[in-house]
Amino acid sequence: MDQEIIKEWDTLQRDTQDRKKKAEHLVKEGKTVLAQDTVSLLEAIIKPGDKVNLEGNNQKQADFLAECLCRVDPQKIYDLHMVQSVVSLKSHLDLFEKGIAKKVDFAFSGPQAGRVAKFIKEGRLELGAIHTYLELFGRYFMDLTPRVALVVAFEADKEGNLYTGFNTEDTPAIVEATKFKQGIVIAQVNKIVDRVPRVDIPGDWVDYVVESPKPFYIEPLFTRDPALITESQIFRAMMAIKGIYAEYEVQRLNHGIGFDTAAIELLLPTYAEELGLKGKICSYFALNPHPTLIPAIESGWVKSIHCFGGELGMEEYVKARSDVFFVGPDGSLRSNRAFSQTAGHYAMDMFIGASLQIDKYGNSSTATANRVAGFGGAPNMGCDAKGRRHSTKAWLKCGEEYGMNHLLNGNVPRGKRLVVQLMETFREKLEPGFVEELDAWKLAENANLDLPPIMIYADDLTHIVTEDGIAYLHKCSTLEERMAAVKAVAGYTELGLQANPKETSALRNKGIFKTPEDLGVDITMASRSLLAAKNMKELVEWSKGLYNPPARFRNW
Amino acid sequence: MSLQELNFKFKVENPKSISKEWFHFGVVGSGDLEVLIERKDLSGATQVKVVTPVVGYEKIWEMVLDKFVSEYSLGDLSIEINDNNATPVVVSMRLRQALIEANRPEEG
Repeated sequence: MDQEIIKEWDTLQRDTQDRKKKAEHLVKEGKTVLAQDTVSLLEAIIKPGDKVNLEGNNQKQADFLAECLCRVDPQKIYDLHMVQSVVSLKSHLDLFEKGIAKKVDFAFSGPQAGRVAKFIKEGRLELGAIHTYLELFGRYFMDLTPRVALVVAFEADKEGNLYTGFNTEDTPAIVEATKFKQGIVIAQVNKIVDRVPRVDIPGDWVDYVVESPKPFYIEPLFTRDPALITESQIFRAMMAIKGIYAEYEVQRLNHGIGFDTAAIELLLPTYAEELGLKGKICSYFALNPHPTLIPAIESGWVKSIHCFGGELGMEEYVKARSDVFFVGPDGSLRSNRAFSQTAGHYAMDMFIGASLQIDKYGNSSTATANRVAGFGGAPNMGCDAKGRRHSTKAWLKCGEEYGMNHLLNGNVPRGKRLVVQLMETFREKLEPGFVEELDAWKLAENANLDLPPIMIYADDLTHIVTEDGIAYLHKCSTLEERMAAVKAVAGYTELGLQANPKETSALRNKGIFKTPEDLGVDITMASRSLLAAKNMKELVEWSKGLYNPPARFRNW
Repeated sequence: MSLQELNFKFKVENPKSISKEWFHFGVVGSGDLEVLIERKDLSGATQVKVVTPVVGYEKIWEMVLDKFVSEYSLGDLSIEINDNNATPVVVSMRLRQALIEANRPEEG
């Protein structure tokens, strides 16, 4: 049986060299390739069945490379396995319509969510899995390493050094996984320059650079116009500040994307300052540069913010506040989704955001029956990080209050992340926010998913804030008690109407349910006059003219 | 957009009316409503007329209004609501705000 196995150990490297040889004639000076040669470049570099990463997230998009990939000959390139953060451009799904791609592993789909569900159902798209960002990045270094990555940057020099600047986001994670496993990296850039302002990705990790015909697309996803914040949102924000932020002295946190948390940001320099909370809460954030945080920053509330991504219009403001933001030697922000998600998972004490539906157990989801929207980054923050070992005041207090710890850990104490959902019991069009069963179950059936997609599981959720008050779910010691606490804040929804007044009052006595009166917040106090900025113009004024809102938000 | 009219009547122990003769509050913006609140001899009862485009929420209206009337022990009061898809929290809030204004002493 002495059979000698002759094994080659550098097949990937040699395959890469072969592929690059085929593209040699397309390369101009250094690593540059002309925009009109990009389709030919992709046809030379990519092989059927490859795992291909197409960079794009909820902010920047490698839109030109995505369009070029749609134009390759499906006879030559087919059955690609796309591994990418988001499926959100039309071109991302056109790839499947044309037969160029077959399978996808992703994290978030947003605007294309309906089409993703339809394609899965029709068998045009094979779904690997829906991930969180950090989870997908992890898999790039495990079993989903891209063979080819199509990334995006502001500028490149001819040697391939990339300047990703303000919108660095996912690029370092993608390029590192691809290049160091012998893969090929192609970057689209807005401009090829002689010298980049700063090197975000070293040139020897990049194989080709293409100057795209127009600048890449960026979505101003985190811009919330204060003019649209309602009194109902302000009411919940006031309760959250008093009953959670102040109660736990939450210093390190992330805010979700919605108007509810925008309201909280705009109440910090007014309502929260009057309560004497400055310095006691909200000093450190893992957060995109939210324009609605400008008044709190200007009032000296915030010590540090690390950003997942950039936000259109905030460039100059961030540059001028390098004590607060992570800014490079060139003066501009360096965002980094992988590191910010790591901070969000391990280094913060509270995640607070809004959801679409909460079920009777406290599970929440943003899924609807016919849209595969994915998770993005929220679940990594909206969960208790089980690997966390350092302690802070908020984390210890929440852990001390945890009513089920003794069932699992005996007498050993442990801290707990605060995971808070802000909900109005009915959304616009009177859709109930509290339901017997989540629509996620219907989606799982419609799109053949293994599991109903849950954004935040009940066992991670610690607090729900509605107009009825706050449920401190983590204080409950049985599932029955938790379900009663969910009902107590579910208002006039069918679930809320099942609340038993006796049980509700027992929960109130135990401090598991607090009404607005218990918290000392009256709905008639919830006035827009409490907002530190009432419209976009006032945000610009707070920023001393440094914030430059995108055209669609310039409404004055 | 077809509108439907809902009418309710509530009666509580020891009711009190408002100090002003009438008060108008709010605007019929999207997701909002206007309230006209008026003192009226109704033998201690409160009558409420709701005009709303939303169908099928009569029971919730009744509960929200009942809670409001009993919480403040209101009577001899006529309330008219023109609704444009307000959620229960907005309804409760506007009613409370209207009541505060209707009881605020005249200035000067």
